[in-house]
Amino acid sequence: MLPDRSGPPPHEHGHRQHTDDQLQGTDWSGNELGPSDREALDEGPSTGQSYLSLSMRRLMRKKVAVVCLSVIVLMYGGALLSPLITPYEYTAQDLSQSRAKPTLAHPFGSDRLGRDMLTRVIYGLRTTVIITVLSLLGGTLIMGVVLGLLSGYMGRWVDGLIMRTGEVTSSIPDIMLILIFVASLRPRFVGAVQAFEDATGIDWLLRLGIVDYAIISLGLSIFGWFGMARLVRGQVLQARESVYTEAALVAGSSTVRILRVHMLPNILSPLIVSISAGLGSVAGAELILSWIGIGVQPPVPSLGRMMFENGSIQVLRNEPHLIMFPIGTVTLLFLCFSILGDAVNDAFNPRAR
Amino acid sequence: MGTYAARRLLWLPFLLLIVTFVTFALLRVGPGDPVQVWLGQHQNDEVRARLRAQLGLDDPLVVQYVRYVEGVVTRLDFGESLRYRGRPVSELLSKRMLVSLQLNAAVVIITLGVGIPVGLFAGLKQGTGLDVVAVTIALVFQSLPVFITAPVLLLMFALKLDLLPASGWEGFFSPNIVMPALVMGVPGIAIVVRFVRASVLDVMAQDYIRTARAKGLAESTVQWRHILRNAMLPLWTIFGFTIAGLAGGTFIVEIYFGIPGVGLFAIESFFQRDYPVLLAIAVITTALFVLANLIIDVTYSLLDPRIRVGGGNVT
Repeated sequence: MLPDRSGPPPHEHGHRQHTDDQLQGTDWSGNELGPSDREALDEGPSTGQSYLSLSMRRLMRKKVAVVCLSVIVLMYGGALLSPLITPYEYTAQDLSQSRAKPTLAHPFGSDRLGRDMLTRVIYGLRTTVIITVLSLLGGTLIMGVVLGLLSGYMGRWVDGLIMRTGEVTSSIPDIMLILIFVASLRPRFVGAVQAFEDATGIDWLLRLGIVDYAIISLGLSIFGWFGMARLVRGQVLQARESVYTEAALVAGSSTVRILRVHMLPNILSPLIVSISAGLGSVAGAELILSWIGIGVQPPVPSLGRMMFENGSIQVLRNEPHLIMFPIGTVTLLFLCFSILGDAVNDAFNPRAR
Repeated sequence: MGTYAARRLLWLPFLLLIVTFVTFALLRVGPGDPVQVWLGQHQNDEVRARLRAQLGLDDPLVVQYVRYVEGVVTRLDFGESLRYRGRPVSELLSKRMLVSLQLNAAVVIITLGVGIPVGLFAGLKQGTGLDVVAVTIALVFQSLPVFITAPVLLLMFALKLDLLPASGWEGFFSPNIVMPALVMGVPGIAIVVRFVRASVLDVMAQDYIRTARAKGLAESTVQWRHILRNAMLPLWTIFGFTIAGLAGGTFIVEIYFGIPGVGLFAIESFFQRDYPVLLAIAVITTALFVLANLIIDVTYSLLDPRIRVGGGNVT
């Protein structure tokens, strides 16, 4: 028997009624606050879903957010796989193609030295991605969560020390100090790695720019952990007063277990919100550093350096493609960060709506 | 209230001491020898040793640091520039600070001058197509860093439309200032638009607006006297964000447009290893940053008596 196509399938029909009867309206970006928001919340306890998966489903229902997430995943994936998907080497020069306009062989054109721009943009994206991920992992996740947990749980002088240090790092204009930090410590770092290479016979550490990635991420982490730590600390202080923590203590749970089982789940949502908001700002800081000339060093490509070198009015007048492709890439990425950040905040932080 | 402000003010000197010490130490372990830079092509071991001794560069780090702090605190003496031989840092810096100050003033004017009307408009026309357009544009621009908007606006206004000069600095009252101020103002404008819009929507839902309409006031009176004035209050807080944003944007914009302000000076001094200048800039910008945020917090609670900072009673 053929299915009846005249009406919507039964379960969808159920949704409709929900909408018409109970929920109407749009949020600020024009997405419908669909029936499933309500439905997900209604179903939640009965099916035993966690708050996290409910939030995830709320997020997945926003089409714009899903598109942005896909674009980000695509760009991150492409960047990390850059050696496999780029058509040329990022150092390969073809001087006959110097400053060539976009063609089929070079879809983004070629730069002053005749290097393929598409390849260089993808590798530049890789630099941004690696540093963003390292800084967020190291700064926000590890430093922020660990220090925040310690601060909230231990209290007293540990709390005081961590919070005062954080206030120092967050109450000064960071770019200036990151600049001094990176530039001052890089030579020492490079020296140490060189010694290590000489001693062990490994020769690819410096060549691949790993030293640059590490030191820049470290600099960004130092100024990026405090927001997270403060948030985690607040949650811990709140949870510490709660009855279930007391019960766990009475039952003889260890400190580590209490932190892991009873407190960590509470901070997962704010953690996700702050990481999705941090993606853009960390990437922006990396681009500023390489724009100024303190970021990864040539020949490793970076989008910031590309935009600096091709930002002059002569290039804009004569070879606008040299700057428009890096700018377009970064714009798309930042736009997606921003939209996704808002959507994640809406989905994971219902009180903020 | 008073104690809160006093506590934050008391904290400031310690903060500055920590920041100076970290900067000081980092610059000393960094690469390059200022004396070597200074001597340029005329390298001579004897002269170098004498200069180092004369500048006190051979003393232990802590001794140098204490001497520096003493000079700053007692005589407001930030030392002498190494690049511009024998000229005091304070003299060099004050000239640049004046330029940056003018630029920032222009940025604030543009930010508020564009942001407030657009935000009000979007808020009053909530839900219409124009509102959606304004909010979308604001969202796009808010997420774009300065180094992206700079070339794009340059291409638009200087090359295609030929409206504004592309670079250079000729003071506050020359059209040269419009372009850099606009570039620096763009993210701020977007924030102000979204903020004012939300604020307007918030105020419009209040009972006193309905009362004003019910007693038959003209719509323009309601909008100007009741909505606008109440929606403006929270705007003061985002001044803090704006100032924070300016600190980062200044470097890029001043380099890009060739404006002889503090940002450009910092980068030049940085590449020339001009320690005293860099230190002074780090200390002064930190102090200004903290002070500005303090002033905003305190004045905000004065402007809006509903807000109490620090939990104490207002005296």
